[in-house]
Amino acid sequence: MLGLNSKDFRLFLVVIGLTLFAPVLLNPFPTESGLAQFNAGYPDLMQRFVIFGIFAIGFNILFGLTGYLSFGHAAFLGVGSYAAVWMFKLLSYNVLPAIALSVIVAAIFSLAIGFVSLRRSGIYFSILTLAFAQMSFALAYSVLSNPKFNLTNGETGLQVYNDDPQIFHSDRLPDLPHLFGLSMRASTDIALGPWTFTLNAGYYLSAVFMVAAFYIAIRLFRSPFGMMLRAIKTNQTRLNYTGLNSRPYTLAAFVISGAYAGLAGGLLAAMDPLAGAERMQWTASGEVVLMTILGGAGTLIGPILGSGLIKYFENIFSKINDDVLHSWFAFMPDGLEDAMVFIVHPFVGKGWHLTLGIVFMLVVIFLPGGLVEGGQRLWRWITGANRKKSDDQDTKHAPHAAE
Amino acid sequence: MSKTTVSRRGVLKTGAVAGAGLAAPKLLLADGHAYTNAPTGSTVTLGFNVPQTGPYADEGNDELLAQQLAVEHLNGEGDGGCLNTFTSKALQGNGILGKKVEFVTGDTQTKSDAARASAKSMIEKDGAVMINGGSSSGVAVAVQGLCQEAGVIFMAGLTHANDTTGKDRKANGFRHFFNAYMSGAALAPVLAAEMGTERRAYHLTADYNWGWTQEESIVASTEAMGWETVNTVKTPLASTDFSSYIAPVLNSGADVLVLNHYGGNMVNSLTNAIQFGLLDKVVNNKDFKIVVPLYSELMAAGAGENIKGVLGSMNWNWQLQDAGTKAFVKSFGEKYGRPPSNSAQTCYAQVLLYADACERAGTFNPCGVVEALEGYEFDGLGNGKTLYRADDHQCFKDVLVVRGAQNPTNAYDTLEIVEVTPVEQVTYTPDHPMFAGGDLGTCNPGA
Repeated sequence: MLGLNSKDFRLFLVVIGLTLFAPVLLNPFPTESGLAQFNAGYPDLMQRFVIFGIFAIGFNILFGLTGYLSFGHAAFLGVGSYAAVWMFKLLSYNVLPAIALSVIVAAIFSLAIGFVSLRRSGIYFSILTLAFAQMSFALAYSVLSNPKFNLTNGETGLQVYNDDPQIFHSDRLPDLPHLFGLSMRASTDIALGPWTFTLNAGYYLSAVFMVAAFYIAIRLFRSPFGMMLRAIKTNQTRLNYTGLNSRPYTLAAFVISGAYAGLAGGLLAAMDPLAGAERMQWTASGEVVLMTILGGAGTLIGPILGSGLIKYFENIFSKINDDVLHSWFAFMPDGLEDAMVFIVHPFVGKGWHLTLGIVFMLVVIFLPGGLVEGGQRLWRWITGANRKKSDDQDTKHAPHAAE
Repeated sequence: MSKTTVSRRGVLKTGAVAGAGLAAPKLLLADGHAYTNAPTGSTVTLGFNVPQTGPYADEGNDELLAQQLAVEHLNGEGDGGCLNTFTSKALQGNGILGKKVEFVTGDTQTKSDAARASAKSMIEKDGAVMINGGSSSGVAVAVQGLCQEAGVIFMAGLTHANDTTGKDRKANGFRHFFNAYMSGAALAPVLAAEMGTERRAYHLTADYNWGWTQEESIVASTEAMGWETVNTVKTPLASTDFSSYIAPVLNSGADVLVLNHYGGNMVNSLTNAIQFGLLDKVVNNKDFKIVVPLYSELMAAGAGENIKGVLGSMNWNWQLQDAGTKAFVKSFGEKYGRPPSNSAQTCYAQVLLYADACERAGTFNPCGVVEALEGYEFDGLGNGKTLYRADDHQCFKDVLVVRGAQNPTNAYDTLEIVEVTPVEQVTYTPDHPMFAGGDLGTCNPGA
């Protein structure tokens, strides 16, 4: 259905189901319980899950299929955000023109950078993209934010001010990004016994975009164009010898993945109308590489899982402070309690990077295929299907990986 | 694409799925509280959003300690600290409005994006009614904007750029810290007295928003007293070696170097300047001098020996002798074993002020709190007599001019107070050109 084979369609349905019920699935603990600390079902984080999912899906189209490792993808995300906020400033808070422009601007920007960078491959390509991204960061941070020509508002981040033109804005509309009047911050709380689930308009809009982005990615992966990209990854030199010019294909993949990043940037701005220069920094570019590798490069659902895991660590683990730890271990005798807090302390709160680093190392060493491989191994172990080794490449994309 | 056959059934199914997707948002309607995160139980949650990783992590940590101390004092634990010296007696040490104060913490990473994400999670997940803290103007402006949109109160922490209460001012945001204009206004007379009115100044400025506003302020106030500005050079924020920027200073004919740098930038540029022997030079028959307009204890500790005799300004210093300062330094010192920094004091004072405003307003509603804080005048929190101006939500109080101590006796008195500049001298009109273009808007209670 929808031009997908049955396996892909199952996976697609699983992704739709997961995004649709995320507010419930991510809030497994009752609101008042001590474990509520680990709930991730609040609008901001759910939005981040799907938006960075889009970012990672797009990155995977380039990296997973062609093997070109771009170290500057955050630049496109940042450019998308700036474009979106400028639309808010000039036109109105309606998110659709903003998102449309952010995709277009990011695509044009990636066309320019890709045209230059793709003349080289391997490490030289990575360094070129990194250089361009750092250049964009420096431009956004200082150069383009001087008082005479203020395009990015520098360190502070581009915001919407009361005296901006907003020519299509009217008093009936919310003073926040909205979709024809439906504010992106509008939420409904559903109380179900001790549980509370928050359904948020912004999240569902982002989720619709992610599902669409995911669908396009599946079609791309399965198309002749996707096959050509895989051929480039396998052996570009041989491809060139057969008389094929591979550069238009890599450039197309680069622009598509740049447009995905722009979409993610536009959505980020739509959920929260601010574009900061840090979005373009090399650490942000590195993050999407981590997401993709953590989840499983070259797989369909891997990048979404990877981005979810990283954002979960960043937002949940970083908020566990010493007081929370003390309350966890309060049942222990005093000395032991302090000792436990002392042991756990470096791994939570400001130490969340450390925990993430350990997880990343473990995944790369023991699960080179990322979380998707972990899911597959688990599934095969459960079903006892270990003996019959599948020769079909597509097992990588089996739906159980979503779990 | 390989399969693109269109069947009747396919179209119908697709249409049904798409229709359901489009209908979903219609079900989501805002529900009607009086204001965002109205506390319903026996507790109220405050959000402490400080840098715990990144360049300002040490300051963030100090702010966090001070905020925890403030919560203790509000809940009637510990020695009560500044509750005893505060001129408003609304706070009883039984929490705020009878509700026990709890807090959540988050990491801003000194990045606008991360800070907003962290603040949003406090508001959306933990139900925080107020966000406090931070250690950078970019972050302060970004989070202030968020709090305005979300309908909670924001108290800014360490932010020194004019824009926070200038062009980026917001009705739901307040700043207890001083700003670049005040630094300039406080420093200028001291500089004139110490160095004379015929100096030639050379500025090195961190190339971002805060650096520019500080440079603008210092240039304006020093030129007003007769100094000449030889050159202003922007340095990239990520620089760690400033040698190439220092060398031209020697040949420029300048006899004062103004370092509009903060944190690690300042430590490095000052160290480079000392290594080049600038302070031993005699230019235009005058001893060469260095000025660092914004000081912090952390920077002073980082720069070590090099800051001896270098002038700068501060919001507050633990060596002040008023009752509020003494009470705060005593409880902070007894709990953590060292004196607090000026960013710690700012965050501590802000928590108490917020709590006090809630008590006086009789509600946590941001609009009530804003009304209670606007034009509020008080004393006893360490800064002397202080006014929260209604026009721009900037706080007006005395500003300290400090100097790197010549003979520090311990690790904490690296700075000595030269002058307490009275508030009248640093006051400006709300429509001052350096602060123009802002619009407070109206308070937003959210929900």
